[in-house]
Amino acid sequence: MFLTPVVLHWPFYNLDTMFVRGLKRKCFDGEEDIEGTLAGIKAIPSYNLQRQSLLDMSLVKLQLCHMLVEPNLCRSVLIANTVRQIQEEMTQDGTWQMINTQSTGQASLDRLVSTDILCRSSREQAEGKHVPGYSTFDKDFEGDQAQDNSETMSTASSVQTPRNLQSNVWEMENAQENKGNFQKSLDQIFETLENKSPNSVEDLFSEVDNSYYDLDTMLTGMMSNTKMGHCDGLETFASPTSTASNSNCKSDLNELDHIVEILVES
Amino acid sequence: MEEDVETRKISSSFLRDHSYATEADIISTVEFNHTGELLATGDKGGRVVIFQREQESKNQPHRRGEYNVYSTFQSHEPEFDYLKSLEIEEKINKIRWLPQQNAAYFLLSTNDKTVKLWKDEDGEWRMGSRCLRAPTMVEPVSPLCRVLVRVRWGSGTCPWVLTLCLSSQVPVLRPMDLMVEATPRRVFANAHTYHINSISVNSDYETYMSADDLRINLWNFEITNQSFNIVDIKPANMEELTEVITAAEFHPHHCNTFVYSSSKGTIRLCDMRTSALCDRHAKFFEEPEDPSNRSFFSEIISSISDVKFSHSGRYIMTRDYLTVKVWDLNMENRPIETYQVHDYLRSKLCSLYENDCIFDKFECVWNGSDSVIMTGSYNNFFRMFDRNTKRDVTLEASRENSKPRAILKPRKVCVGGKRRKDEISVDSLDFSKKILHTAWHPAENIIAVAATNNLYIFQDKVN
Repeated sequence: MFLTPVVLHWPFYNLDTMFVRGLKRKCFDGEEDIEGTLAGIKAIPSYNLQRQSLLDMSLVKLQLCHMLVEPNLCRSVLIANTVRQIQEEMTQDGTWQMINTQSTGQASLDRLVSTDILCRSSREQAEGKHVPGYSTFDKDFEGDQAQDNSETMSTASSVQTPRNLQSNVWEMENAQENKGNFQKSLDQIFETLENKSPNSVEDLFSEVDNSYYDLDTMLTGMMSNTKMGHCDGLETFASPTSTASNSNCKSDLNELDHIVEILVES
Repeated sequence: MEEDVETRKISSSFLRDHSYATEADIISTVEFNHTGELLATGDKGGRVVIFQREQESKNQPHRRGEYNVYSTFQSHEPEFDYLKSLEIEEKINKIRWLPQQNAAYFLLSTNDKTVKLWKDEDGEWRMGSRCLRAPTMVEPVSPLCRVLVRVRWGSGTCPWVLTLCLSSQVPVLRPMDLMVEATPRRVFANAHTYHINSISVNSDYETYMSADDLRINLWNFEITNQSFNIVDIKPANMEELTEVITAAEFHPHHCNTFVYSSSKGTIRLCDMRTSALCDRHAKFFEEPEDPSNRSFFSEIISSISDVKFSHSGRYIMTRDYLTVKVWDLNMENRPIETYQVHDYLRSKLCSLYENDCIFDKFECVWNGSDSVIMTGSYNNFFRMFDRNTKRDVTLEASRENSKPRAILKPRKVCVGGKRRKDEISVDSLDFSKKILHTAWHPAENIIAVAATNNLYIFQDKVN
């Protein structure tokens, strides 16, 4: 059984009215459909929500690289700069600070997306250059915001994990550390999902937009730059998966386990 | 009447060709040569088609100087880089003509990785031995359609006439014709890690440069296994990469001067005499940001997609997503002129970001006298700006509007409120029909406009 995609419903809100100027607005275009978890609630999307949506859109764009043809470097750089800009603003807002205090064991505040993964040419990989682990973008919003962002967050988080895997693949010297990193990213997913209602996982996947990209394609796209030999490394991560899942008694962990398995096996 | 018959034939063939349009036929570059006698187009399938202007004859004055297919050849083939497991597209990114020497024509064509120099001898683009192979296209449809259309520009003083409209880049092949398999005279390969976006021939006619996202290399035409790196903006740590090179061009007269534009909306002018590696610019052109227009998309829309020197060499023109700007080389802090191409899109930037249209790279061109500039837009619209009169016009390159003797009115986009009869609203624009590539004859008012897989040639019908 395969997962299909990770795409969010951008046209949640009329984002255009929000982003014409970088001002905070509370207008809402009532014509747009309200999806999923907000059903029945005519919420006014805050500027933060809009910004988050744009951020998620950008992150997904960054990850969807073409399998056979090299991604456009200019486009990748521009999207990455946009993401940085949003992250910087969120840092100034204090929204970012709030996230960081939540996370467990992540001391570093420097979560800015590196362009490394975008610009990684295979030549550099061939040279065996060490690719620094590229931090999972943590979006553990607190409390009431969690529900609003549940779809967007989790999707992006689950999408993030394979990237962490990819970068960790290069750190073959320290297998223990690798497992630790993987554990951390899994923890983040767990935390995210914990904040959601029990049925949220189903909600997550019931509304995916199949018209976008296949999870399959996305993952193979990311893995395309990885040498074949490193597939062995990926298999070692299979065990942390099972140990991690056993340690947590949450009811929706079976689904999570399944998700992670699929991501790892690709 | 003869023209009516032609029209009927034209209509049906257009309809048929339209349904057969393939991605390989999408035109990716258009360029006149230095005399305007030849017009080259490159497409996504790696083919180059050259058109030649007919000699004017007294017998048929109404067919004054129209363009016919002169030759066609396969310039680049798709390649597979086995080391990276990546395909290298055969799409022709740019074609640049060399000034004519002797009786031969030379042009440079490039895809993402490899530049090739082609020489034409007697209508056949080749270097050495000829290989003949049977044509693969069996459609005997004539792509050449002479449709005379009057276009009124402004107050009607400068009507444009559509003289040629081609569909699907399929050249005319008579049944017994054989396609010549051309081999390039020079192949300049393996010098670019990233994708080549520009090539520019130097005014010394001995060297040229090729620019990719992070580097610019200088080549000598005679030497294919060596190039000099003259600009390198690759950071030591790729994580710090925030800016790429988007276009580059040599000065038309000073062989030591060139400019390159960046994704952050800046232009750098470099002098090769100062140092071997031109990492330090001689001039830096940047317009200060308008704080009232600031948004998350500000940087993306400021990214320059094309830079062109004026024929005089005094000005440079840059195209970013919403505007065209003219800069005086002597003033670095702001452009001297700014023209809004489609400002009505400013409120739609998020949608355009979502569907990736915001990354479209439009080109811009000068006319021969540097008095008019032209660039493309969506919905098969293209815009012309007269720098002297400050008038502008929006025209549409579309088959539906190209009837004989029809007067093509300038188009207008309605931004809000009441829509007038002939206006089109912003939401009705077709963003899949974009005009990215246009060319202007170096001396006369003849323009070539590439609309996806169709080529339109408009001629100024002033008598």
